[in-house]
Amino acid sequence: MNQTPENTPESRLAAIRRRAEDQRRARMDTDAPKIHIGLATCGIASGALDTKQAFEQALAEQGIEALIHTVGCAGHCYAEPVVIIDHPQSGFPPIFYHQVTAGKAKMLVKLFLAGGDPRLEHVYGATVENDLIPSVMEFPRFNREKRVVMEKCGRVDPEDIDDYLAEGGYGALARALAMTPEEIVAAIEASGLRGRGGAGFPTGRKWRLAAAATAEGKVVICNADEGDPGAYMDRTLLESNPHQMLEGLAICARAVGARQAVVYVRAEYPLAVRIVTRAIAQAEALGLLGQGILGTDMNLDIEVFQGSGAFVCGEETALIRSIEGYRGMPVHRPPYPAQKGLHGRPTVINNVKTLASVPPIIEKGPDWYAAIGTEKSSGTAIFSVVGDVVHPGLVEIPMGVTLRELIFDICGGVPGRKGFKAVQIGGPSGGCLSEAFLDTPIDFDSLTEAGAMMGSGGMVVMSQDSCPVDVARFFLDFTQKESCGKCTFCRIGTWHLLEILERITVGEGREEDVELLQQLGEDIKDGSLCGLGKTAPNPVLTSLKYFADEYAAHIREKRCPGMMCRALTAYYIDLEKCARGCDACVGCCPTDAVFTTSTRKKGIDQALCVKCGECMVACPPEYDAVRKVSPASLAPIIERPVKPVAEAEASATPAKDAP
Amino acid sequence: MMVEITVDGRVLTVQAGQSLLEACLANDIYVPNLCHLPGMADPPASCRLCFVEVDGMPQPVTSCTVAVTGGLVARTDTPAVRRLQRSALRLLLSVHEVDCKNCPANKRCELQRLARFLKVGLKPKDLPAPRKTPAVDDTHPCFSFYPNRCVLCGKCVEACRRAPGETVMAFSRRGFETILYFDVNAAEAGRCENCQACVEICPVGALVMKAD
Repeated sequence: MNQTPENTPESRLAAIRRRAEDQRRARMDTDAPKIHIGLATCGIASGALDTKQAFEQALAEQGIEALIHTVGCAGHCYAEPVVIIDHPQSGFPPIFYHQVTAGKAKMLVKLFLAGGDPRLEHVYGATVENDLIPSVMEFPRFNREKRVVMEKCGRVDPEDIDDYLAEGGYGALARALAMTPEEIVAAIEASGLRGRGGAGFPTGRKWRLAAAATAEGKVVICNADEGDPGAYMDRTLLESNPHQMLEGLAICARAVGARQAVVYVRAEYPLAVRIVTRAIAQAEALGLLGQGILGTDMNLDIEVFQGSGAFVCGEETALIRSIEGYRGMPVHRPPYPAQKGLHGRPTVINNVKTLASVPPIIEKGPDWYAAIGTEKSSGTAIFSVVGDVVHPGLVEIPMGVTLRELIFDICGGVPGRKGFKAVQIGGPSGGCLSEAFLDTPIDFDSLTEAGAMMGSGGMVVMSQDSCPVDVARFFLDFTQKESCGKCTFCRIGTWHLLEILERITVGEGREEDVELLQQLGEDIKDGSLCGLGKTAPNPVLTSLKYFADEYAAHIREKRCPGMMCRALTAYYIDLEKCARGCDACVGCCPTDAVFTTSTRKKGIDQALCVKCGECMVACPPEYDAVRKVSPASLAPIIERPVKPVAEAEASATPAKDAP
Repeated sequence: MMVEITVDGRVLTVQAGQSLLEACLANDIYVPNLCHLPGMADPPASCRLCFVEVDGMPQPVTSCTVAVTGGLVARTDTPAVRRLQRSALRLLLSVHEVDCKNCPANKRCELQRLARFLKVGLKPKDLPAPRKTPAVDDTHPCFSFYPNRCVLCGKCVEACRRAPGETVMAFSRRGFETILYFDVNAAEAGRCENCQACVEICPVGALVMKAD
């Protein structure tokens, strides 16, 4: 095609971007305050919609002109709902507020927007360096991150393509259109990018395989079928900045020569589905996707396919089967999808994070990307760190950071001065690592060597009050339910693993169970058909290896060291500490297990107790009389009076008052 | 094109591109299998019994998914292979109603043959025996289905697909609960009475013609 300077992809993009910038400027370049509210699913769950409504209402009541700018999630779950208020006239820099409830929103409108007082006690930090307020960048949770994939998350409005364009979006696509497919594949290879879906297969190699395939009708698929319990990286990316993934998808299509693309999102992510669908329409309207992209002869039809939520459909062959309309069951590889995929055509399937890493690589060059992280695992890793940590949320770090740095330095460690016990990495496919592994660098190979895996980025931190056996049981319960049922090992083997773990956690474990778990686990790992089965035993095998003493305590002593397994624990009330006449625990017990003893103190009827722990919470700290023990036999037996004390008193009272 | 491969030290001349499992079976080298049917383009590889060790591959692989190439060297009876085969069989037997006396497949049952070949007891001692309910599904007009005998090899589904007319059976539910399901309307309208391909191919007596 004959390209004069006026109609190169870059010049066309420049024109589109100028218009976007103009529109944005017209809206944003005012002296009026700007209120940025995080409205991804996490924010909404914490009440961000109420916060937004409260802002709108208060602004109207106070008669203040202000711009409400809805953005995605910046990954700071512990601080949701997050609001950034940029109020230039006040003289203060843009300020990051955390846990902005509706009440706080109204207060900020009145006192800060109208009164000019930013209420320092509610400020988390300024978003830029300044002389008035400490910046959030002074916190490790902010300054130790390296944002490549999440760079624009929380800054752009995911439903407005102009925001993404004004931040430099689609620049990489324009550049890629000026490159040959071979140059793009070579750049991705040189960057060292590895698939972020879990296994870490080199992305460049996958693309090369598909690019070399001669068959017609190639397809590229974005795998957003995120299903690990506790993981929400892909959802957040799609809800916060869908265009970066779409741009990566288009570059991938260009590299391998595909004209058709599918974004496979689970239907359980309705907001992500809506935002991605809208993003595609907006990009098509501007000629950034669709037919004749940026004036070139490249066409790309992108379709959003809603998965029904089966975990196994995250496995690429099962994902393809499900799009084709069959049962979501994996098939044997090879042939790999890159050779024979959707409807038998060469298909590249990449995770959301992999695709979102592509635009920065094309934009800033493969060498820049390869310099981040470690030699064999370049770039950044995104984890959703949850569980017993002070600052949970999405964290993007360079590969090679150790688990200790991530959990303790960046995420603030275990709250409440509790000890650290374990970290589960990679969800149901990953492993449970002990304290001895805290100095393991986070990269594909080190984690695999330790018996865990990078996985797609789920990380559950566990304090001393947790039970690795119960965690293994939890994950096996998940994989057993999510097994597609096709192959023998996964279908029946995981059932047996779960059955044994369930027995152990209720105190019916047998000495030979450990050996059986080990053997069965190894057989399932080596014998299963697909990745789900091959990795399903990992939580068991790693916890057996690193927490053997906990298994032994469960089996031999019927004791749960983390006091999590309900059948092996008991609550009792320390009569030395219990206050006569205090009824705090009685009222909160859902099963009426708490009774009054003859000394008017309290006891727990072990037969009725469901071990919910509510009494322990309710007991006033000055008494601190409720004790939790394991094994359950340690709880002293306190006899329930035959006749309830209150009744005995009631019947006794008239007699006393009688003349 | 014919190529030479070596299996258990024997040199075999076989068709290139054929699956290793078929090549072995055609040359009287028995490799345990349940879900394999000759002529399938994409073998399901779901029973996980036909493991062999192939030189150059770090772990045992299912022979039904290996296309033979000249010079391939394989062994069918290594400890690693037997370990996986015995484990898979034990798992299958743990969910199988072992009541051979009252089973029409007695003495021609693939599980009996496999257990004999692999020297595995029919009732695995250390594994509990979960059972599906109901134990018999009589929804199909012509035959009864016994889910606790079924090994989910899928041969019946494939046979039904190959038979002329509409396919009347498929897998239903998922995971451990996976079961055969019949499209009763199609079955009633159709040809099941005369076909019986699924009943004939069932290796374990899970599909039994109803007595008239």
